[in-house]
Amino acid sequence: MPTYQITVNGTSKTVDVAEDTPVLWVLRDHLDLVGTKYGCGIGQCGACTIHVDGTAMRSCSLTLSQVEGKSITTIEGLSEDGTHPVQEAWKEVDVPQCGYCQAGQIMTASAFLASNPNPSEEDIENAMHGNICRCATYTRIRKAVQIAADNME
Amino acid sequence: MSINPIHNSLSRRSFLRNSSLAGGGLLIGFNLFQACKPKVIQEPAIDLASLDYNDFNAFIKIADNGAVTIFSPNPEVGQNVKTSMPMIIAEELDVAWKDVYVEQGILDTNNYTRQVAGGSQSIRFGWDALRQTGAAAKQMLVSAAAARWGVDPSECSVSEGVITNAAGETLGYGDVVKEAAQLEVPEDVPLKDPSEYKIMGKPTPNVDIDKIITGKPLYGMDYKAEGMVYAAVLRPPAFGHKLVSYDDTEARAMPGVVDVFTIGEKIRGLMEEIPRIENILSSSDKVVVLANSTWEALKAKKAIKAEWQEATKAENTEEHDKILTDLLDGNKFETMRSDGNVKKAFAEADEILERTYESPFLSHSCMEPMNFFAHVTDEKIHLAGPIQTPEGTANFVAQLLGREAEEVHLEMTRIGGGFGRRLYGDFAIEAAEIAEKAKKPVKLVYSREDDMEDGIYRMAIKYRIKAGIKDGKVTAYHLKEAAVNSNMYGLVPNFFPAGAIENYQVDTAVYDSNITTGAWRAPYTNFLASAEQSFFDELAELMEVDKIQLRLDLLDKVKPEEDERIQYSPERMKEVIHLAVEKSGWGTKPDNVYQGFVNYYCHNTHVAEVADVEIENGEPVVKKITCVVDCGIVVNPLAAKNLVEGGVLDGLGHSMYTEMTFKNGKPTTTNFDGYRLLRIKEAPIVETFFVENDLPPTGLGEPTLPPAGGAVANAMKAATGNRLYKQPFTKTPELLKVPEKEIIG
Repeated sequence: MPTYQITVNGTSKTVDVAEDTPVLWVLRDHLDLVGTKYGCGIGQCGACTIHVDGTAMRSCSLTLSQVEGKSITTIEGLSEDGTHPVQEAWKEVDVPQCGYCQAGQIMTASAFLASNPNPSEEDIENAMHGNICRCATYTRIRKAVQIAADNME
Repeated sequence: MSINPIHNSLSRRSFLRNSSLAGGGLLIGFNLFQACKPKVIQEPAIDLASLDYNDFNAFIKIADNGAVTIFSPNPEVGQNVKTSMPMIIAEELDVAWKDVYVEQGILDTNNYTRQVAGGSQSIRFGWDALRQTGAAAKQMLVSAAAARWGVDPSECSVSEGVITNAAGETLGYGDVVKEAAQLEVPEDVPLKDPSEYKIMGKPTPNVDIDKIITGKPLYGMDYKAEGMVYAAVLRPPAFGHKLVSYDDTEARAMPGVVDVFTIGEKIRGLMEEIPRIENILSSSDKVVVLANSTWEALKAKKAIKAEWQEATKAENTEEHDKILTDLLDGNKFETMRSDGNVKKAFAEADEILERTYESPFLSHSCMEPMNFFAHVTDEKIHLAGPIQTPEGTANFVAQLLGREAEEVHLEMTRIGGGFGRRLYGDFAIEAAEIAEKAKKPVKLVYSREDDMEDGIYRMAIKYRIKAGIKDGKVTAYHLKEAAVNSNMYGLVPNFFPAGAIENYQVDTAVYDSNITTGAWRAPYTNFLASAEQSFFDELAELMEVDKIQLRLDLLDKVKPEEDERIQYSPERMKEVIHLAVEKSGWGTKPDNVYQGFVNYYCHNTHVAEVADVEIENGEPVVKKITCVVDCGIVVNPLAAKNLVEGGVLDGLGHSMYTEMTFKNGKPTTTNFDGYRLLRIKEAPIVETFFVENDLPPTGLGEPTLPPAGGAVANAMKAATGNRLYKQPFTKTPELLKVPEKEIIG
């Protein structure tokens, strides 16, 4: 099996997996970073969202060759101690119910706010529309993204 | 300060034990429920051997420094019990919530009771026991401090774990916990008056919030054990199909594959022993791929070449549709409740309204796909994972493997959504048969496709509702249900409008299908409420009476004191109706806001909702839902509002967008590209209001869901002029159109 050199949360990692292995499963099963969640495997639910060079991407639909030489950030590496403004806002609003999708929601929101620090309500909805929350915490997600945006200014 | 002494029916000997902790401090264990016959004896989540202690139920652990650990007994599925149940103990214990550390308890039927997440009952059933646990411990701690000071306990007061005497001297709980634990357990424990609550009623963040927002392992999918392999299972591609043969040559040659074998024999044995379990299990053999990683297991599973045969007839949605209609037209009903004589009343009626409502199969589609860990050795059966029914599942697994229930050790992980799907331990049963055969620790993982294809679905249901009107009054009401694999439950025919209409009958008819079905959030009522509440709206229109007044007039007739079967309180129902009218601005909105009203009772909770529809770009859009809830005392308002909003949006989303259909026994969609769940842009604002009272808490995880679809349908009717009888509503887009003149206007 081929060997890949990838950078995850600022650390260089060597992984030895089949070339079609999605980044999601490399993170979860090989690197023990289980914060990135499996939801659908086809890029439809957003639970597996990570940042690749700062852009939100679905790790279930990425192969290692697509991320070699790039910088991956997962929920574990979004901040050192859970104090990224989006994490703080999620905590302030107490967004989660079951919580399973929330890492993906936070990763989508944080990449979005980095590129659009002054979003309208419509911008927020457009950005978050790809992430499913089966518990339907959508009203709190909207609120938390807005608070994070306000606090990042 | 007022204290309500309550009779404590617990015998003192069964109540409390204690022991020194190796690291200092003490563990206070409460054996609250020894009357329940022990079935499964468990090791608690902490190492008992090191504590030299083996007979307790650890609700509370107090360290020398006063730090308090509370073990939360029930599965956490997103309903917040891991936060709110310990809040109830902490309140009566009188400690500062910031000093409390919460740990998930394990399955322990010797000491806990009803470790179930289901029916919106955790808080309701735990209410007395949890309060008594905290209050008894507090009283003993105070007595210990009083004894040390040589004063009467009544001269001491407590605030946040610090005991103060009349002279102003103080002792912390940690200072006296050792002496306290030697004391007799008090028999009549005074409980706080709700006006004294310092923790309950305060918005309290989720105890797992830090772990959730930083991606720490919490869920079954995250569970790992030394030497663990991953299992993917190839199940019949269609309901009714059975495995004939398979070729695993290609799969075995794939990287990471450890083994390929079949399971099924033990599950069939269990199916012979347990009646009706065929509704959740398939008797077919299944092909198991064991691999070193999830991806390798799921990928190799796809490389298995299997031959299947149709053992029982493969079914189609079109057939179900016809069968359910035929059942409604036929006479194979079981009567669940019958008052007066509906036949006679209809014959004498001035007018009759009859309408039929239809809803499809639904998948639970929890965000965390089904999964379970199992490790079967000669010594014990170790299970871990997301399960709403740990006790029942542990018993099934013991029976499956011919072992004693006492040998099962079950750890509950945080659950990534349940909605009823995880009431059924089918995946844990599969994992156990796999692990026994594999002779190593195994985690069974479902792909999303597996999860959607191997569902225990909400069944397709149709209702036909008929009402008779005589002299301007509703004199007869006849509800007929036709459902795949049954839906109606004993108490439901005693919900509103039972007792309000003299001639009243509820009948149900069932079609037995080979498609597995079961409870789906707010089972029995998740479609019924929507149908009935739409019907009342239409009935009011026919009678040319005010829609709210019709409901209030009916409630006036209900006399629960004369009919003990009645499951709801007409007074509490009227209160939520009045509050919803006020909070939603019912009848006072501008012309471009179209409102729909509903009220309902289920899970011991009374609810009223108002949907506001506005026209945007020529389309009717639900912009807001106002929800009023009477669930008694609200333990944690922060989480309670979240649950209310989630329930309302869950009801709205599924009534608008979601259906599961079958062709030749196969689900026609197996992932979120085809199975449409509510997304953020489609989620209206939800405004939540709780009726404030001091009544014991009732259910909250489910009751806001069932009527939401009715609120949408009634508001859509106001906006479009069209009645919606068939869910999901987006399947009939022509009915979601606004008349031309409205758009121009």
